[in-house]
Amino acid sequence: MGAGLGLALRIGRRVGTLAIVFLGVTFIIYIAVYALPGDPIRALAGDRPLDESIVEALRVKYNLDLPIWQQYLAYLGGLFHGDLGSDFTGRSVGSLMASRWPVTIALALTAWVMEVLVGLSIGIVQALKKGTALDHGLLALTVLASCVPVFVLGVLLQQLFGVRLGWLPVAGVRDGWPASYLLPAMVIALFGLSAVSRLMRGAMVDNLSADYVRAGRAKGFGQGRIVGVHVLRNSLIPASTYLATDLGYLLGGTVVIEGIFNLPGVGNLLFDAIRTHEGPTVVGVSTALILVFLVTSVLVDVIHVGLDPRLRRA
Amino acid sequence: MLDPELLELAPAAPRRSGVRRLVRQWTFMVPAAVIAVLLVVSLFPSVFAGIFGNGDPRVCDLYRSAGNPTAGHPFGFDTQGCDVYANVVYGARSSIVVGLTATAISVSIALILGVIAGFFGGGFDQVVSRLTDIFLGFPFILGAVVVLNSVGSRNALSVSVVLGIFGWPTMARLVRGSVRSVAGLDYVLAATTMGLSRLRIITRYVLPNAISPVLIFATISIGVVIVAESTLTYLGVGLAPPAISWGLQIAAGSRHFQTSPHMLLYPSIFLAITVLCVIVFGEGLRAAFDPRRHQ
Amino acid sequence: MTDTGSLLQIRDLGVEFDVDGARHVGVKSVSLDIARGEVVAIVGESGSGKTVTAMSILGLLPKNATVSGSVRFDGRELCGLSERELRGVRGRAVGMVFQDPVAALDPVFTIGFQIGEVVRLAEPRLSGREVRRRSAELLSLVGIEEPAERLGDYPHQFSGGQCQRIAIAMVLAESPALIVADEPTTALDVTVQAEVLDVLRQVKARLDSAIMLITHNMGVVADLADRVVVMRSGEVVEINDCIKLFESPSAPYTADLLAAVPRITAAPREVGESGETQAAASDAAVLDVRGLAVEYRRRPGGRVRAVDGVDLKVERGQIVGLVGESGSGKTTIGRAIIGLAPIAEGQVNVAGRDVAALRRAERQAMRRTVGVVFQNPATSLNPRYSVAETITEPLRRLGGMSRADAAERADDLLASVGLDARWRDRYPHELSGGQRQRVAIARAVALDPALLIADEPTSALDVSVQARVLDVLRDLQERLGFACLFISHDLAVVDSVADYVAVMHHGRIVEQGDRATVLGSPRQDYTRRLVASAPIPDPVAQRARRETWLSLT
Repeated sequence: MGAGLGLALRIGRRVGTLAIVFLGVTFIIYIAVYALPGDPIRALAGDRPLDESIVEALRVKYNLDLPIWQQYLAYLGGLFHGDLGSDFTGRSVGSLMASRWPVTIALALTAWVMEVLVGLSIGIVQALKKGTALDHGLLALTVLASCVPVFVLGVLLQQLFGVRLGWLPVAGVRDGWPASYLLPAMVIALFGLSAVSRLMRGAMVDNLSADYVRAGRAKGFGQGRIVGVHVLRNSLIPASTYLATDLGYLLGGTVVIEGIFNLPGVGNLLFDAIRTHEGPTVVGVSTALILVFLVTSVLVDVIHVGLDPRLRRA
Repeated sequence: MLDPELLELAPAAPRRSGVRRLVRQWTFMVPAAVIAVLLVVSLFPSVFAGIFGNGDPRVCDLYRSAGNPTAGHPFGFDTQGCDVYANVVYGARSSIVVGLTATAISVSIALILGVIAGFFGGGFDQVVSRLTDIFLGFPFILGAVVVLNSVGSRNALSVSVVLGIFGWPTMARLVRGSVRSVAGLDYVLAATTMGLSRLRIITRYVLPNAISPVLIFATISIGVVIVAESTLTYLGVGLAPPAISWGLQIAAGSRHFQTSPHMLLYPSIFLAITVLCVIVFGEGLRAAFDPRRHQ
Repeated sequence: MTDTGSLLQIRDLGVEFDVDGARHVGVKSVSLDIARGEVVAIVGESGSGKTVTAMSILGLLPKNATVSGSVRFDGRELCGLSERELRGVRGRAVGMVFQDPVAALDPVFTIGFQIGEVVRLAEPRLSGREVRRRSAELLSLVGIEEPAERLGDYPHQFSGGQCQRIAIAMVLAESPALIVADEPTTALDVTVQAEVLDVLRQVKARLDSAIMLITHNMGVVADLADRVVVMRSGEVVEINDCIKLFESPSAPYTADLLAAVPRITAAPREVGESGETQAAASDAAVLDVRGLAVEYRRRPGGRVRAVDGVDLKVERGQIVGLVGESGSGKTTIGRAIIGLAPIAEGQVNVAGRDVAALRRAERQAMRRTVGVVFQNPATSLNPRYSVAETITEPLRRLGGMSRADAAERADDLLASVGLDARWRDRYPHELSGGQRQRVAIARAVALDPALLIADEPTSALDVSVQARVLDVLRDLQERLGFACLFISHDLAVVDSVADYVAVMHHGRIVEQGDRATVLGSPRQDYTRRLVASAPIPDPVAQRARRETWLSLT
């Protein structure tokens, strides 16, 4: 059996799956934006009366006179030429996003690194101290942090660190990275801690009772080496999958946090577009986000195979 | 031949040993009790709202706008001068209704699709799995925002339906995995080789044995949905007045946090405690029924 | 055995487990000695405490265990040592080999890395290159071919037998004076078992170490042990010299245990081969497989033939044993018969109808004429059904009986497998393995099938339980007269139940014929090797058989 052929088939399948997901998601977004009740042109005009001929011209310009599937195909055609569309005032969605990306990426990475470092450490400590008060206490804290809605957490931390203590900027990006990003990133990370630490704890507990651990002890290895080398590496496999997927979601922008901390990121752009019924912007930004998400999902696969040699068979 | 194996009638093993273990744990019983109280509160809010003598959330007095807690109004007043305590009590119903309805919808979708994918496999599995991938492709909240923003009238039902429709994919994966592992077990094979119908095999052999992880996950997801509802409301695409909900109160309170923190704190505390209890309750169930514990 | 001569001295060992507040006794006042260079087998059925005894030597018991008594190794008390002090004993003084060889290796590191770790532990001063050389040398000692190249491979790239060899190589690296081997060959096929036992024997000779061999297999005991400790319910019932134990056991329990072990006699049965006489009288075969090939699709486009060119017949009243090692395709044949495997070529006729040609409804109807008993009694019963529901379901749903009739018939069936009505309302998890298997058999014969397929029905059971379940099966077959395809890896079990034997290897039947002929004087090399590698519970005869086996490999 040709390993090369097997690999090619696997990659082919993967690309096919990604394409299906891409088409499916963009189509659903398209339907949600254009096919559901609510006239985007009228919404654009707000309370002002619009001349019927202008409405008609705009409809033609944005293909809104065509059946929904033809609109969608026209949109896909544009995508192939790297065109994400343009909004109702004529600016291209690509350029709208360009200035937003750095903010979202900086926020996502900061939050993600915090989540990884703190979440994994908590999970490891919990697993090693399984069943003790420390384990239960950390569980209670992380779960509690994930139960408080992020906007409440955001407002609370903003008040505490920004207003009362004055340690960090309350909102905006004037102070640049890291100062402006620490507070919002902390909120995101706090919310994500419980999932990361629970996964890591579970994987560690499973691995600590695995046969190879008992065999390692029987060979005379110390707990440090067994946990530090073997258990850790094995336990990172499930946690890494989750963390990489999570990074994909974070890079999609966090509507609520960007709003509270007044960060001009992609999430903010998207949310404003939704509120103002800027259909082309909603579709264009969503498409870009889905592409980012799909790219990280490929990354997940690569990491997975890198960490788990059992998956390397063709 | 005397057969010792047949003589000793095994002591009737506690069939529901998981339940017994749970009852002994306060970490399970406390959240269970809190949830029970909340359910009663959401069924009969007027009884509880009246405890301090001012039980109607819609009797408001603008002179007392954003007033601090006083006698008879332990949680103070909101910007309209309505009693926060009464609102919090009445708000429990919306949160719980949305939590239960949305979860029921997503569990139903997840069960149908998950069983189709897990039991029949092949092409069915491909289709369902891709559909799941598609719905996992964009964040839960984002999809809900886009759809709710287009929906004109928003009430507990429409919010629940939208959250339900976007909440099923993770559970469907869980059902699929659970069904696949049960469907591969010998007793399902045995039922097949007996010549039982597939419907009977699914309903009597596969589902009863595959459903518990899903139900446990669903319990936890009620908490997630309650938070999601408040987030949507905060973003202005969830429930809208005159509905009474924690989300609405928290959203309003967050705008006046500096001057009157009680408006944000009390509903937030109730919401957080509710979600915490639901999640801890779910985790307790998961731990108690984890098959690995019985080895 | 004098105290001065013993390497390991266990006195009054007791282990208790704390399970959710309740105390369970693991072992009770166990005393035994192992001398230098001696092989002592600890035998017993599941729950006898043999593994607990072994684990307590190195302090490897779970945290909820409380140990009392004394374990002295080379004059040094091990009970009560701290984890740090025990670390010096583990591996260096006492090495261990575990039951599941694949799970005992870390899946994400190469074999070279893992052996290297142990080599460094034993000899910390070695350079990187010396570690690699020593690792390769250890692999070659346990018979892994191209050892230097294979150091870069991961555990999943090795077979179970090879993984066990690697585990033994790691033990070898630290040259311990005692090797504790906990069911080292239970997870392996017989031919592989023979090889691994041979490696263990060579290692012992090389290190001049003692071995504590934990096993339930009397054949393995006879093959390797000098002395035997028999355990039951946490207590030692007999300690005896190996040859004496098999000749004249002193404890009645040992005698029962030995009597329950099936042996390959290949001798004709005294009370006439009932099956064969009936078979001669019957006209057509109940099961007639002709030129069967089964193909599975492998992921990237390819196809794998699991079974190829198989001809097999089972007649009414006959038990045909289908023997083979794991992966030989024997279970696939069982599945193909009930239409659960993709038939690529050939015919499978059950009671005169070709299974491959049936439509779904017809196939469902056909399945009612075939009963199946599975290997693992823990998973073959629906955990949500009581015993009564399990048996009445086919009667009512498929046999169309009324509730009352079905209940009555279910009681009869339970009685026929030796369970009385008290068991009706029990659920599977309240039954022992043997009891579950009886229920499974009752369910399989409920609709009075023409053919019964028994796929390894006793291999998950203890020997004494196995013997009784086989009795039940034989008894039912005599009364109901169904044709039976008995699939097993255990030649001795097949010898004790079957009239006719077919031997499978790599998806083909290499030899088939009358039981006494195939097992008594096999014609094919593979069959000979198979027969020779199954160790028999007789130390003297086993020694001779080992010679035969060595000459065949």
